[in-house]
Amino acid sequence: MSEITKLTLVELTKKIKSKELSALETANAYVSRIKKSKKLNTFVTETLDQAIASAKNIDDKNLKSGVLAGAPIAVKDLFCTKNVQTTASSKILKNFIPPYESTVTSKLWDSGAILLGKLNCDEFAMGSSNETSAYGNVINPYQKNGEHLVPGGSSGGCSSAVSANLTSSTVGTDTGGSIRQPASFTGIVGLKPTYGRCSRWGIIAFASSLDQAGPMTKDVSDSALMLDVISGYDEKDSTSANIEKGDFLNSLNKNIKGLKVGIPKEYIVDNMPKEIQTLWDKGIEWMKESGAIIKNISLPNTKYALPTYYIIAPAEASSNLARYDGVKYGFRAPGKDLIEMYENTRAEGFGNEVKRRIMIGTYVLSSGYYDAYYLKAQQVRRLIKNDFDLAFKEVDTILTPTAPSSAFKIGDKTNDPISMYLNDVFTVPVNLAGLPAISIPAGFDEFGLPLGLQLIGKSFDEQTILNSAYALEEKISLKSKVIDWWM
Amino acid sequence: MTINKEAVKKISKLSRIASNDEFETSMIKDLNTILKFVDQLNEVDTKDIEPLSSVVEQKLFQREDVVKKMNEKEEILKNSPHKNENYFVVPKVIE
Repeated sequence: MSEITKLTLVELTKKIKSKELSALETANAYVSRIKKSKKLNTFVTETLDQAIASAKNIDDKNLKSGVLAGAPIAVKDLFCTKNVQTTASSKILKNFIPPYESTVTSKLWDSGAILLGKLNCDEFAMGSSNETSAYGNVINPYQKNGEHLVPGGSSGGCSSAVSANLTSSTVGTDTGGSIRQPASFTGIVGLKPTYGRCSRWGIIAFASSLDQAGPMTKDVSDSALMLDVISGYDEKDSTSANIEKGDFLNSLNKNIKGLKVGIPKEYIVDNMPKEIQTLWDKGIEWMKESGAIIKNISLPNTKYALPTYYIIAPAEASSNLARYDGVKYGFRAPGKDLIEMYENTRAEGFGNEVKRRIMIGTYVLSSGYYDAYYLKAQQVRRLIKNDFDLAFKEVDTILTPTAPSSAFKIGDKTNDPISMYLNDVFTVPVNLAGLPAISIPAGFDEFGLPLGLQLIGKSFDEQTILNSAYALEEKISLKSKVIDWWM
Repeated sequence: MTINKEAVKKISKLSRIASNDEFETSMIKDLNTILKFVDQLNEVDTKDIEPLSSVVEQKLFQREDVVKKMNEKEEILKNSPHKNENYFVVPKVIE
């Protein structure tokens, strides 16, 4: 049974189509593993009985035409799922049952995938360790000397569930690194597509000009397959790109001879652990061995990406989260009048990190401070994007580490918001510029913890970073070191 | 720019988040730390730089003006913490 859950999405869907495996035995394998994995706290809501019923239906009626037919998939609890509780891991949305389905998840079910449940994340996707969830922190399947570690964030339930074989693959969302950093912490592949590649309709909004959904999978081919399914134009999202859909899996090609790879000197940061630098150097060597041409490049405004992000993202969040007022859905706290009801609902319904970001966002948008903070940040955002535009005249892709460390202990960074924010130093610039980027597992540190490398691509050129990642993946040929200690 | 207790009270009012002493004390500390961090941006010369609010370059399109059935009233109201027939119920607003 456990062998089924180790299959990649590509392998699994092939076996179901050829009837080597039934959808039911596949669903049963996942359900039994999920039931034995409560300790990891990856799920906020489970839909296991429905999953079994859907699998039976697929077998009985031989519904095998969809590319994901019979693949059991749990998704981040930020995607609205029709008639299934959707909380964004917040108390304020407890018991919210969406009457509609997000575009991205509709595409999964239309392709024959089966919903296993909703995966834990940082509250409203605000965090880098999954510790801000109202439903408790998620545990990383990797441990350091027997101690629990964070799975990264905000898509921490997603990363932990894929790494622990509790879902065949998943979709997360990435606003400042929330797909790539947790992928790096748990030894899986995470792809943030170009802004506009996947519809944001039905995804609970955090920072609308930065949010983007993307695959989190066991390997690069799975990410290509998943992107084939979830991408595409959607008239319900005005920022969704009306361009031709790619054919990512079929176009996957590991020949990267002559590809120009940029190495940005500004990504060498203070106090970066030696093993991250070593891994990055190895990555450069692997690319060279594959025939790529390495070029040193400069992205001079890199150091301003985090401060820019921590103005823009909270500003957009403070506006997006204004809708949680205790009237239309979710949690309500009593108050003697309307305003007091709003204030009490929001004080009790939101956790500390969310309140902190709403407060910062409100401040930088408030009268008298708008120009000094918000407008200034938008100007610097332009400079950061210009840096990438210029660099991509010289190179086809940019290689960097994904995160400045491996997974850390639970509670290690919760007292200092800035030290938590620094986790996203290599991932945030990509969101500000709207570019695609992929994180792939590239090695282990001295404690056996996974480390990731990131490939950044040109706008709407996911194929190049997928191909480069595919070539690297073959060179690295890394095997998961997850042992089922929690079972 | 530093944030004091009065400023925190004002921002929490604007944010519609109920405030108390404990909240104010922690927010004074956190907001000042974060603002000090973002103040680095003052080093950057942004004279004549056009602000970037979105990376999307396409123009908004017009759709056909066709009536589509989307969310039904009952389904929407089901999620309300307090409702009465076809209405959301809130504390009294008009005296």
